[in-house]
Amino acid sequence: MSVTNFQHTHSAHCESGVMSTMLRHYGLNLSEPMVFGLASALSFAYLPFVKMGGMPLIAYRSLPKSIIKNMQKNLGVKMKLETFSNKEKGENRLDELLDEGKIVGAQTSVYWLPYFPEEMRFHFNAHNLLIYDRDGDNYNISDPVFEESVVCDKTSLTTSRFTKGVMAPKGLLYYPTYVPTDLDLKPIIKKSIKKVAKSMLNTPVPIAGIKGMRYLAKTISKLHKKDKRYAKLFLGHIVRMQEEIGTGGAGFRYLYASFLQESSVMFDNDVTLQEASDMQMSIGDELREFALMIAKAIKSKKDIDYDALAEKFNAIADEEVKLYKKLLEFCSA
Amino acid sequence: MDINSVPQDDSSTYAHNKKAIYAKSEDGSVKVVGSSGWDAEEIVTKQALNDLEEMAEEAYCEVKNGEKSPLYYHMYAIRMDLQILSDATSFFQWTIKRDFQPATFAKIKEKRLSVYAEVMGKTTKELKLLPEENYECN
Repeated sequence: MSVTNFQHTHSAHCESGVMSTMLRHYGLNLSEPMVFGLASALSFAYLPFVKMGGMPLIAYRSLPKSIIKNMQKNLGVKMKLETFSNKEKGENRLDELLDEGKIVGAQTSVYWLPYFPEEMRFHFNAHNLLIYDRDGDNYNISDPVFEESVVCDKTSLTTSRFTKGVMAPKGLLYYPTYVPTDLDLKPIIKKSIKKVAKSMLNTPVPIAGIKGMRYLAKTISKLHKKDKRYAKLFLGHIVRMQEEIGTGGAGFRYLYASFLQESSVMFDNDVTLQEASDMQMSIGDELREFALMIAKAIKSKKDIDYDALAEKFNAIADEEVKLYKKLLEFCSA
Repeated sequence: MDINSVPQDDSSTYAHNKKAIYAKSEDGSVKVVGSSGWDAEEIVTKQALNDLEEMAEEAYCEVKNGEKSPLYYHMYAIRMDLQILSDATSFFQWTIKRDFQPATFAKIKEKRLSVYAEVMGKTTKELKLLPEENYECN
């Protein structure tokens, strides 16, 4: 049995893209921004002790798999997540599920996926995609960050599902066993917005939320003490985490702005939410400007004005504080 | 971002693919637009690639000069580093470093070599050789 009515959608982020496409396939029509927002996926964390390719982790969204988990917690979707002790079992199970006519989410490493542009293939282990059909040893894949669906051979797919290391996928496959089709989204929207605003404003640890942003700004202002080559790589890394690692740009702020707008419409064109959406949109723009400043600094032979970069990032943090306070206003109204 | 300011810079890093960006259309609604690339992003992606490429080149020359085993070059050539290779193989970093020594690597057990081969997507034969590359070594 093969899937006939499957529809691929081009998304900004892999995990919210997979979940949106998957839920829609099973009758729950939620846009990617709606999935992202309902999962309270917007975040910020600067983790100097978690290294990726020698550089600290700077996350603009919640941890991998948290969208899958929060869809269950917040919407009552029931998901089955399966990992495997060896490749053969993982391969067989995938074929079995596809033969049953299911569409299946999988966690993979970008590096081993041959359809990725060569210059984008890095060892990043938490890329999500959807497998919806197979033709012998070729798998039809709906990779949310690609415009059209793609094809991947069995060997490459298996290698990428079973890569080891930080965030190792262990062959992870996931699919829903129950999808509610009649949901009152409004209370869930309110709750999920409140969670984002609160955790961004009030996280007690200095590495997350607004405090994490301040901490990163401080680190940037101290970069002049470091070797210039390292400083440039560090700055470039910030931009890559913001624009490239699984995102449609500006640290997921555009995606969340879209969610806020969609929510505003649901709440009878709520003005506070629409204003918040506009604010989030312009914060995204500011982050792009920050990225541009860094790109120019990297290219230039002149000394880098680290304080100006730190100041810019702090100004963005100030704007974020205003935004989250506005969102709390909406929640308490 | 305004729908008309979504960059269309045809970045080589995208290889003619498009990335979805949420942007504001004329009527104020936020929609997905495909972006063919953005110069700022291309600069930082290439910076990271160049850094990896430089490490591969340095490693290549060290292997060629007999200071390191071919394994050392292959690690960088597939954009890995000691940390990633250690995670992937579950070998301790210090034991991998030992395999970077040509004398130790020459006596490596086939079983251990095949673990490297599997996680690096190479054959054991390939791992023992230094391929022809256009790197200039002193």
